[in-house]
Amino acid sequence: MKLEGKKAIWSEYQKEIADDHYFYVRSCVRQNFFPGSETAFLKIMRKELKKDVYEHPCHTTCTGIGYHGDIVPVETAMTVVARQFSLMTEAGYKNLLPSCITSFGLYTEILDTWHHFPEVEEKIRKQLRKATGREFQKPNNLAHASDVIYKFRKEIAAKAKFKLINKNTGEPLNVVDHIGCHYAKMFPSKGIGGAEYPYVLAGMVEEWGGRVIDYPERRHCCGFGFRQYLVQANRGFSIACSKEKFESMKPFEPDMIITNCPGCPMFLDRWQYVINEMEGKRYGKNGEGIPVFTYEEVAGLILGYKPWDLGLQMHQTDCESVLDKIGIDYDPDEKYNTSIPDEKVRVPNMVKV
Amino acid sequence: MNKHIVVIGGGTAGMETAGQLANEGFAVSLVEKEKETGGHLNDWYKLFPDRRNSSEVRNYLEKKVSSKNIRILTETYIEKLRSNKDGFLLITQDGTELKADAVVVATGFDLFKSSRKEEYGYGIYDNVITSKDLETMFRKGKLTLSDGSTPNTIGFVHCVGSRDEKVGNFYCSKLCCVTAVKQAIEIREHLPDSKVFCFYMDMRMGGAYYEEIYREAQEVWGVNFIRGKVSEASESINNKLVVKVEDTLAGRPLKMELDMLVLMAGMEMSEGGGRIAMTSELKTGENRFFAPEDHHYANNISNIKGVFYAGTCTAPMNITETISHARAAVSEVINYLRKQKD
Amino acid sequence: MEKFGFSISKGRQIDWDSNDRRIADYIREREPSYKLCIACGGCASTCTAGNFTQFSLRELNILIHRGENTKPRNDLKKCMLCGKCSLVCPRGVNTRNVVFLAKQAFQKFDSHAV
Repeated sequence: MKLEGKKAIWSEYQKEIADDHYFYVRSCVRQNFFPGSETAFLKIMRKELKKDVYEHPCHTTCTGIGYHGDIVPVETAMTVVARQFSLMTEAGYKNLLPSCITSFGLYTEILDTWHHFPEVEEKIRKQLRKATGREFQKPNNLAHASDVIYKFRKEIAAKAKFKLINKNTGEPLNVVDHIGCHYAKMFPSKGIGGAEYPYVLAGMVEEWGGRVIDYPERRHCCGFGFRQYLVQANRGFSIACSKEKFESMKPFEPDMIITNCPGCPMFLDRWQYVINEMEGKRYGKNGEGIPVFTYEEVAGLILGYKPWDLGLQMHQTDCESVLDKIGIDYDPDEKYNTSIPDEKVRVPNMVKV
Repeated sequence: MNKHIVVIGGGTAGMETAGQLANEGFAVSLVEKEKETGGHLNDWYKLFPDRRNSSEVRNYLEKKVSSKNIRILTETYIEKLRSNKDGFLLITQDGTELKADAVVVATGFDLFKSSRKEEYGYGIYDNVITSKDLETMFRKGKLTLSDGSTPNTIGFVHCVGSRDEKVGNFYCSKLCCVTAVKQAIEIREHLPDSKVFCFYMDMRMGGAYYEEIYREAQEVWGVNFIRGKVSEASESINNKLVVKVEDTLAGRPLKMELDMLVLMAGMEMSEGGGRIAMTSELKTGENRFFAPEDHHYANNISNIKGVFYAGTCTAPMNITETISHARAAVSEVINYLRKQKD
Repeated sequence: MEKFGFSISKGRQIDWDSNDRRIADYIREREPSYKLCIACGGCASTCTAGNFTQFSLRELNILIHRGENTKPRNDLKKCMLCGKCSLVCPRGVNTRNVVFLAKQAFQKFDSHAV
């Protein structure tokens, strides 16, 4: 492998990422799958990097999951997104920061559609006005939360208490990076590194001491989709996609997987259990599973946040092997006995439409 | 008959044009940007269809330009081309001026930059090479992988940079299919234990004896042909290349591990030719090659009176066609100069 | 094992490296013209059996060459050995002999005779 060739391609796919004053829009399902991630992200942004990240209490799902599940028509999705933009404009922000990869893909798609078809934008403005009386401005900058962590990866590395290195052998950990399809495959120019050699997570891993594994099925979808997964009988196709990835990465003996999408870590984490039940196969070293992390969890771990505060106990595939390798202390007895984080929960104002 | 013609480009077309003009008694300046003449012919090992040595054609051309009527200017390229009432004024990169009564543009082609097809990993994976890299290996007599070992399974990907909307080249480069077959046979000759696979969209064997070597490749050498465009190549843990292709004839996707992958890079308008096109009024076509006045009966004539074309600067063509095209250009020059006299 | 309500879908990919190509090798050694096939489909288009049943000699030849033996094993019995395919082939493949040899090879290497 010649790294210079890859770096040449990464350098062609760069994008502008705003550096402060973000309007954060949450994911509908991430807090069920990986509860600590969004909290960790906000803590890192506000406490460590001292950035202004605002969450409007009245913001909703972007309906991406319904749109891609063939349940929500595109104009409805566009109108709901327009309302999100309106909340953003109202709060005085111009930089949109979605937590979910599908949201990012949907926002990119909608802005691109409005750019090429201004009459559609006009129609949506009219619809939003009729339904809610609201007006909106389009965001100046749209960057996914992983883009922002990528942008500040050096600052995080400077504050880090741990590195992605095996403390027993001194070797960097073998990390598989998995990017959500909606990040770069839809609009390769909107993803750092493009679609063939995405770099947004690889950059983080390298900066934080790990070694990125390039395995043949690296670009393969995990199989989440939405439409096929919603119907139980079709999940065989979805799980087969994840299995294809696991079979391909196994010879490289990865220590962990890092992802930036809500669905992908859910799949890669939970399916290891299902494949083990169905076929008795495991893909980690010594017959273990491969722990799966979101990038916020990895950032939180190296900054020294407590593993159980990050929600790692909710993972299906146990993460302790990675914690041991890095040298992070944890109390096994505290695993299911988490303390409440320090930040007071903000009570929202009167709910407006 | 002391007319002076400038021929831009010292490859096959340029050398044949210069030689033929000199035979007719004209004074010729042959301008070539590299250190030596010969163009791409210097890169090739053996030529299709009969796998004869490229040096034989080179020797023929060198003999042809050894006339005292020809002045060869190497490491020189043309920056500007101007026409005036006396004919033409050409200015080189160091400011030297050349006066000409007629000009023949023979700037040839460049090979497509295969790193632009990111999915094939040229410049990233150690054992992905181009057809030209393979010719270099043949010339050096060393057919090895990047770690020095001998490859066992080798694959050829047809149509890299040709017939491809994604890179902006809609046209077919014509010669890559027969080159792939030739190189497949040459590999089988050099490495008798090897297995060779050609991944093609179509087999374009449009020349005398081309179809015959396709047949020979199958019958005598056991080359395997799989119809399908390779979608991606990746590296497995033991540095082999994993190739994914749709086996269109079987109607199913196919996955295979190979030691080495050869990309059949297509032909594009040369950089030098492109520069001349931009700084003169010479027209280029949709395929970015120079556009002759008429494809059927005025294929050597440009839109500027007294400027003519020879060779692959107009379209992909093989060496036989290039030499014929060059001779036709000479015919047009003679015609033009005769009319000027009257 | 729990019942999940679905099972893992099997891949459709032809895995060249794990396929068994002994049938193809057997035919190729005894009928060298087999190597000349370009899958033009002339044989399949004139085939009597292919006219009325799902039988394509072009497809079967390709599958045998790739080592995908399941379909050929099932379908070769449909060939009536009329020889029309051999008359059409532009490359001069002795297609009728290929079918003979394929059946022999399946007999030899497979427990299921064709």
